[in-house]
Amino acid sequence: MTVTQQKDGEIVETVTLTIDGIETTVPKGTLVIRAAEALGIAIPRFCDHPLLDPAGACRQCLVEVEGQRKPMTSCTTTCTDGMVVKTQLTSPVARKAQEGIMEFLLINHPLDCPICDKGGECPLQNQAMSNGRSDSRFVEEKRKYPTPLAISTQVLLDRERCVLCQRCTRFSEEIAGDPFIDLMERGAAEQIGVFSDTPYLEGDHAATNTSGDPFNSYYSGNTIQICPVGALTGSDYRFHSRPFDLVSTPSINEHDAGGDAIRVDHRRGSVMRRLSGEDSAVNEEWISDKTRFAFRYANGSDRLVYPRVRDEDGTLRETSWSEALLVAAEGLAAARDNGGVGVLTGGRVTVEDAYAYAKFARVALATNDVDFRVRPHSAEETAFLADYAAGVSPNNGGVTYTDVEQAPAVLLVGLEAEEEAPSLFLRLRKGNRKHGLRLFSVQPFASPGVTKANGTLLPVVPGGEAELLTALAGDAIGPSAEAEQARSAVRTDGAIILVGERLAAVPGGLSAAALLADTTGARLAWVPRRAGDRGAVDAGCLPTLLPGARPVSDLSGRVELASYWGVDSLPSAPGRDTAEMLVAAATGQLAGLVVGGVDPGDLPDPAAAEQAMEAVGFLVSLELRDGWVPQHANVVLPVAPVVEKAGSFLNWEGRLRIFDTVLSTGAMTDARVLNSIADEMGIALGTGDPRRIRAELAGLPAHEVRPTPPSYPAAELPKPDAGQAVLASWHHLLDLGSLQDNAEFLAGTARPAVVRLSAATAAEIGAQDGAQVTVSTERGAITLPLRISAMPDRVVWLPTNSAGSTVRRTLGTDAGAVVSIRTDGGARQAGDGAGHGTGDGAGHSTADGAGHGARHAQSTEEDQ
Amino acid sequence: MSYEELDTEENRGRAAEIRARFPEGRERSALLPLLHLVQSVEGKVTPDGIRFCAEQLGITRAQVGAVATFYTMYKRGRTGNHLVSVCTNTLCGMMGGDKTYQALSKHLGVGHEETTEDGTITLEHAECLAACDYAPVLTVDYEFYNNVDEAKGLEIVQRLQAGEVPHPDRGAEPAGLAGIGEQLAGYGDGRPGAVADNATGEPTLRGIRLAADNDISVPGFDPNTPIPSKEGK
Amino acid sequence: MSPSPEVLQKLTPVLTKRWLSPDAWRINTYEKLDGYLGLKKALKSHPDDLIALVKDSGLRGRGGAGFPTGLKWSFIPQNDGKPHYLVVNADEGEPGTCKDLPMMMNDPHALIEGIVITCYAIRAERAYIYIRGEAVHAARRLRHAVAEAYARGYLGRNILGTGLNVELVVHSGAGAYICGEETALLDSLEGFRGQPRLKPPFPATHGLYSSPTVVNNVGTIASVPYIVLGGVDWWRQMGTEKSSGPMIYSLSGRVVNPGQYECTMGITLRELLELCGGMQPGHELKFWTPGGSSTPLFTAEHLDVPLDFDSVAAQGSMLGTTATQIFSDQDCPVYATYRWIEFYAHESCGKCTPCREGNYWMARILRRILSGAGTYDDLDTLLDACDNLLGRSFCALGDGATSPVTSSIKYFKQDYLDYIEGRKKPLLDARELVGAH
Repeated sequence: MTVTQQKDGEIVETVTLTIDGIETTVPKGTLVIRAAEALGIAIPRFCDHPLLDPAGACRQCLVEVEGQRKPMTSCTTTCTDGMVVKTQLTSPVARKAQEGIMEFLLINHPLDCPICDKGGECPLQNQAMSNGRSDSRFVEEKRKYPTPLAISTQVLLDRERCVLCQRCTRFSEEIAGDPFIDLMERGAAEQIGVFSDTPYLEGDHAATNTSGDPFNSYYSGNTIQICPVGALTGSDYRFHSRPFDLVSTPSINEHDAGGDAIRVDHRRGSVMRRLSGEDSAVNEEWISDKTRFAFRYANGSDRLVYPRVRDEDGTLRETSWSEALLVAAEGLAAARDNGGVGVLTGGRVTVEDAYAYAKFARVALATNDVDFRVRPHSAEETAFLADYAAGVSPNNGGVTYTDVEQAPAVLLVGLEAEEEAPSLFLRLRKGNRKHGLRLFSVQPFASPGVTKANGTLLPVVPGGEAELLTALAGDAIGPSAEAEQARSAVRTDGAIILVGERLAAVPGGLSAAALLADTTGARLAWVPRRAGDRGAVDAGCLPTLLPGARPVSDLSGRVELASYWGVDSLPSAPGRDTAEMLVAAATGQLAGLVVGGVDPGDLPDPAAAEQAMEAVGFLVSLELRDGWVPQHANVVLPVAPVVEKAGSFLNWEGRLRIFDTVLSTGAMTDARVLNSIADEMGIALGTGDPRRIRAELAGLPAHEVRPTPPSYPAAELPKPDAGQAVLASWHHLLDLGSLQDNAEFLAGTARPAVVRLSAATAAEIGAQDGAQVTVSTERGAITLPLRISAMPDRVVWLPTNSAGSTVRRTLGTDAGAVVSIRTDGGARQAGDGAGHGTGDGAGHSTADGAGHGARHAQSTEEDQ
Repeated sequence: MSYEELDTEENRGRAAEIRARFPEGRERSALLPLLHLVQSVEGKVTPDGIRFCAEQLGITRAQVGAVATFYTMYKRGRTGNHLVSVCTNTLCGMMGGDKTYQALSKHLGVGHEETTEDGTITLEHAECLAACDYAPVLTVDYEFYNNVDEAKGLEIVQRLQAGEVPHPDRGAEPAGLAGIGEQLAGYGDGRPGAVADNATGEPTLRGIRLAADNDISVPGFDPNTPIPSKEGK
Repeated sequence: MSPSPEVLQKLTPVLTKRWLSPDAWRINTYEKLDGYLGLKKALKSHPDDLIALVKDSGLRGRGGAGFPTGLKWSFIPQNDGKPHYLVVNADEGEPGTCKDLPMMMNDPHALIEGIVITCYAIRAERAYIYIRGEAVHAARRLRHAVAEAYARGYLGRNILGTGLNVELVVHSGAGAYICGEETALLDSLEGFRGQPRLKPPFPATHGLYSSPTVVNNVGTIASVPYIVLGGVDWWRQMGTEKSSGPMIYSLSGRVVNPGQYECTMGITLRELLELCGGMQPGHELKFWTPGGSSTPLFTAEHLDVPLDFDSVAAQGSMLGTTATQIFSDQDCPVYATYRWIEFYAHESCGKCTPCREGNYWMARILRRILSGAGTYDDLDTLLDACDNLLGRSFCALGDGATSPVTSSIKYFKQDYLDYIEGRKKPLLDARELVGAH
């Protein structure tokens, strides 16, 4: 055993061995197959995957090891000192063994490569050429199966192509924790399957029957990507393209704040599929199904192509860019000078676009009325973000994915990782599996994401988070045994607190989280849900924060920035946040609004938001697709979707994730549109080119002044009466979100929308499990089947924006509010929901798709 | 049979008893006995049975299905009252098991893992049943009949078809495919005399009888031979 | 013709001794026949001394692999703070093997007594007997005996007032030969598909529930009380230096008196045939398995090979489970091989490629040869498929499957050629190939 001093000072034990005559030194525990890879020696393999536990099942990677009487599988054999390994390159035994295995694998494999999706990028095809025999000696008929078997709406299985390497089942069990796919039958009849009634009945296994549980996982698409043959294919991509016709462009996930590396495969201007990229520091090799399959949202007939302006008579007409820009510039200038203009950017903009909005507001509109938040938010959050998010990155001590994986304990507050940050969830689960990470989650009930990461629930009534966190920060024992475990866990070295965007809606919540971090030494990070949120903070899309984390209130910071931007001065009055801007617009205090990608339905009170936008004198909409805001705007300026532009996202870690244009269409970025408006106003914004913006951002003078952490008091908890409950809610990953539009197969695995109550509360209103329960406010009602869950009494949970459950739109309120609950007992009457205003238009238009999935998943135990 | 008929207080109670045989947190070990249990209720493992096991153990139905389809004793097709298994592994098969199986198959008009129309018998050819000294063997509900030729095999199934239960050469009276599931689930055989029923035939005893008849024993057996102790050394 | 006195002296009635007492399976009778004396004696010794005793006895596993039992026990880490487990492998299913079921039927308490002693030695408080599902008659007796032993205080809490706790559960399998492989057995016992686990780690450190576990065969554990009572020297007078003790040889097939013969290890088939009355009239020995179908076939040439672990290995086969299936000149080795391969194909768990595919396709080639459509190339293909399977599969099931193929082609190539060259009537016409899965 050699001990080697590593660069970073960490001491790593190493072993030295010989592979094909080449001596190599590797860390102790390295598998032979990896050591060979490092030397450039490719040993063929199927079941082996560096992120899965070794299996040794396919036997393709056999090598000769001196002193062993049998060839060894290099994917399961760890290197030892003095080991002498001979691969197929130097050992006739290894070569013969590999050819033998390859022959066995190919006997039953169909020769349908010319029509197989995998043909051209197929490890079996490639390795059969490089390491196989040229002919087969087996002449009997192959095993045949009806094909394909739909194991979910997205994933299809051709069993006769399968080599039973079990990568898919191992991924599902080990990585995702969703063992809905498993090996069925035995011996040569062994096959991959989901639970289906058909294997239990006499007769043929019907190819289309997936009654039972489909492959119900948010991560199922990864199995398609890691399948080393063409056995698993995507419904969406199947038979649509050949790998060698595709152009692959690396990109970044725009669906959440994970910053996942992805690969976009396109052909003649159309995206054909998306795959996970490889980035060991971020998403490793995995992405969620939403990231993989939801990429057609900009392809619909509602895509805005030409600018529009509203005529005197109120009609909106398409027009030229030059006219639209001129009208926008003039209107904004007038509004600016006549009360002011507010800027709502939305949470999906790139760093560059956010910066352009922030700069446009300050320089062209002379205001700090700019906010990216189109969800419940608070002044407390504004203060918190300035202190705990702005400017934080892995380079200056920010919490990273790796830190999370290695942490002894992680406390989640206001964050359901699987639903709201799917890559983070995989790291939490990996940390638990590999390093014994202890997860604690402050939420009303143990959601699947908590259970699958072996987490401990710290149950809380919405609004009670602040009190619980404050209690954990204090010395007093309690309030529960679980809280006691959390109290000591959060004090261990390396413990991490992750807070989600929903904690902003809890008065005192973020302050208590800051206090807990401060008291215990635990590190604290903010994990927003949307891809653009984190970048918008650093870019200055907040009413009190300028780009580069400098407070508006700080004179020296303003002066520094004004000089950097080459302007005389910057507005010094703190701006309005989103809610305040909407109030100001509604009451005529604001004369204009510039609105980026904002769906009023995402705001805490959509109806009020719409009233405000209708009331405001001049509304400019920068949008990708037609919708409520463009329909009501004075000027509509089409902007490019992520796939058609270059830019970057800051992920929740604060890691800059730069991507290039995938499809060059000439569509303009928000930044370039704003730059053009500014030009018309006679102002040089300098945001026409994303590279220049990044350079400008990078060149911002360093600013060291940190604001003081927020210290807001907790609010008193509401006391609901019988028949009432405090509302809890968060988004399902797969829901009515507009970026999932046109992804027809994806909706099939959305989780069914249910209403959750404790057993006692259900009894109180006379509802049994499965009964239709109606949750209502003065505005409207939502009726869904009841799932009795272990959770605090008089708390009701609904998914925020799922089919049949658009909480903000329908109820006009959000988590923390007191709502009424009742049951009609039996099944929901036809028309009942509509009568109560259950679903809005969006709900109805996609309810069918999601309902399909709901039917499939009806009896799956989501809580597993 | 509906799921509600399977998911009874009694069966949930039994499931709890079976789970209790294993350490806390290791209750998945109860899966094989639970599958035997649902088979004892339903005569086979149905989708409802799969669901019952999944819910009792908190695992997915795919995970239960993976196990149920792995083991040959879990039947998924239509089953009869009795399971007749003819050993056709090499030795039994060559000594007459093959012919017996063919004769039974022809007589009953069914093949491997198929059930007669009247629902009395499910036939199967079995792999080695670990009774080679009685070859060729046949079992009914896993109770043994020794040295079975075509005639003996036919007589056994004809009697079963007539509603009789011929007493096995070794083992207790065949309990029916459903009945045996309860024992396989780990419960004792409550039938009087079943445990004492003739389990041993002459081949089992041949060696020891030969030794006894010839007064042969291993000399020098002293139960008080001390066990050496480390401290004593 | 009765056996000669010299051959009779090779009989060593130890484990089978009580079988003659019809009620030995009842605890009252068992106690009268030295029952639980070994336990009482063992409990007075230090557990480490028991491990040393079994080590010194030279006892080797009776399940087929012949691993030294005491050594296996000594691998269990002590004072590791983890629960330890004993799992008894009663999944008897190797074709030809039929000694464990009669043991459990006729003398179940001997096994239970061995289990309690072993648990004491390896510091285990829980033991499981994994018995193959089809053996309901033996399981019935076993469960009855376990209940009796609990009632008498030989199992449960504070056994015989010594503070020892042992919980014992009889767990029925559900029909899978592979579960005789110890790690597949553990997965099955944990409620999974019975597929073998990657080794290392070995069961001694990561066995049942990832805890230190001893997995032993029925005969191995049942031997323990005798070693405890009779001592090492008495035990070692039987067998050979490296294969100590008595062994139950299971004779089946074309012999006059098939049955269980417990003899000193190292007896030859010639002697065993003498004990069992020789070949049946009209039958001449043609081939036989020394220890089940997974051990390469022997022929009449091997009548004098001492049947102990090392001598059999030296002749290119394995002692296995001492299941001697005896076939005559009236039995076709090609058909026998075909039938065995159908068995392995049916029982292959499917986890690894060579076993899953190799057996399936070899069975098809053998079927074609038997149907008269074989070619000379088929023989090369069979041998090469075996070469690509032996030592390449995940576990020993795949290795074992090659034994009948390679050994039958080695000794009986002419029988194959008779089918290929049309001298022998195709079997498929005469009878459907029964047992095809």
